[in-house]
Amino acid sequence: MEYFVQQLINGVTLGSIYGLIALGYTMVYGIIGMINFAHGDIFMVGAFLALIAFVVLTSLGITAIPLALLLVLLIAMALTALYGWAVERVAYRPLRHSFRLAPLISAIGMSIVLQNFVQVAQGARVKPLPPLIEGGITLLDNGTFRVELSYVQILIVVTTVALMAVFTWLITRTRLGRDMRACEQDMRMTSLLGVNVDRTISLTFVFGAALAAVAGIMYLLYYGVVDFYMGFVAGVKAFTAAVLGGIGSLPGAMLGGLLIGLIETFWSAYFSIEYKDVAAFSILVIVLIFLPTGILGRPEVEKV
Amino acid sequence: MTALLEIRKLEAAYGRVVALKGIDLDVKAGEIVTLIGANGAGKSTLMMTIFGYPRARAGTIRFDGRDITAMPAHEIAKLHIAQSPEGRRIFSRMTVFENLQMGASISDPQHFDDNIARIFALFPRLKERINQRGGTLSGGEQQMLAIGRALMSRPRLLLLDEPSLGLAPLLAKQIFKAIRTLNEQDGLAVFLVEQNAFHALKLAHRGYVMVNGAITLSGSGEDLLKRPEVRAAYLEGGH
Repeated sequence: MEYFVQQLINGVTLGSIYGLIALGYTMVYGIIGMINFAHGDIFMVGAFLALIAFVVLTSLGITAIPLALLLVLLIAMALTALYGWAVERVAYRPLRHSFRLAPLISAIGMSIVLQNFVQVAQGARVKPLPPLIEGGITLLDNGTFRVELSYVQILIVVTTVALMAVFTWLITRTRLGRDMRACEQDMRMTSLLGVNVDRTISLTFVFGAALAAVAGIMYLLYYGVVDFYMGFVAGVKAFTAAVLGGIGSLPGAMLGGLLIGLIETFWSAYFSIEYKDVAAFSILVIVLIFLPTGILGRPEVEKV
Repeated sequence: MTALLEIRKLEAAYGRVVALKGIDLDVKAGEIVTLIGANGAGKSTLMMTIFGYPRARAGTIRFDGRDITAMPAHEIAKLHIAQSPEGRRIFSRMTVFENLQMGASISDPQHFDDNIARIFALFPRLKERINQRGGTLSGGEQQMLAIGRALMSRPRLLLLDEPSLGLAPLLAKQIFKAIRTLNEQDGLAVFLVEQNAFHALKLAHRGYVMVNGAITLSGSGEDLLKRPEVRAAYLEGGH
């Protein structure tokens, strides 16, 4: 029982990180119908920017954890958003009216560019960050096994829930969100109504990248290490989460992320850690056989 | 007086297929102008080319004296030209209210309540359906929504592509009546593409006939109604 609860906590934490990344995949797919394969690497860039920001802030003497954390969050989100914007501007927008596969290939290219750029600029070695937030709450203790909820885990889950709430509000209630949903349904008609579609698409990438940056910071705090290759595996997992939840659906991305995190954690805990990825992807295959549009995805709507 | 919309020697193509072959056409302020022609003559292409989809290959489009031939679509919309396009293209996964909000993208938020009240006065059905998704509306209601959405921007020129398509005669009549009301009360200039040539020509001050991407006839609505070639091609049999 205690062991199960502990795994549940770990799975939800990991799932939160996947969910934040998955949102970026699903938003971009929703609006321009392409898989942004560079998104995992944007997440990696976000983690590196956060690490650099921590180092810079420490050297400036800002060591109060809450303040430093807030500043790192803002800096990393802003700079990563800039990366997201630039990737769209350079690699996807010029290909928007090209054949369908062109931006996809371009995305794979951008992924390699970002990985190699970070590898050259930061080195190939794993970079550590000493634990900033230590300790936690002991929830259960039966003498042999203690269920720990660490402060980092609380921070990750609370931040994720808060961000998703803000984000849901943005999409459903604001002018920008409405423009995004309109672009998703009929880009040309949206432009006929006076909405700058290019700008709306750019902002989609900016928001997706900012969320990925938050995921990057969470990853950095949770695992304490980053490397230039971490975006690949995390990206594939988050993409799987987006597909599992129903690509194009925002609640689906959150749900998918959570499920992948839980499956992976429980499989590692009860069966074998070597096969955790196999388990996650197998579940994906099974779900897609019975629900081809994912759990919360909508069936292809009829064209009027 | 120069026309509100002035199209000169306009040519456009889809790839290698030439769709518009040197169109000259004017819509003056306060006028209803209709364009009639058979399926595939290029009427809808002309409507969309005004917004740059596809871009004109040659010729000019001016609105209120300004050259808009190469302007991005959203900039053109900001000049208060609105379109209810072919196929209606309402946002089917958005509510009626959200569709109307989208239509108000370029207009001053202060006037939102006034504008929406005007549209509900014109199409009371939309008010009943305000929280319903666009995709669940009937064809006639969708048409009303497409026109209502276009009107939310308080246009100076309204482009209407086949507003009566697929509608029951009574409903079509209601739509035509609404167009006349808007024109007479607010002096709204309307450029109307129609297959229903009889009603369109009766409603319009002037009309143009398009055949294979070129204008072959023009004149006042009444004149065109009397022309034997118009009667033979577009009016007799079925109408």
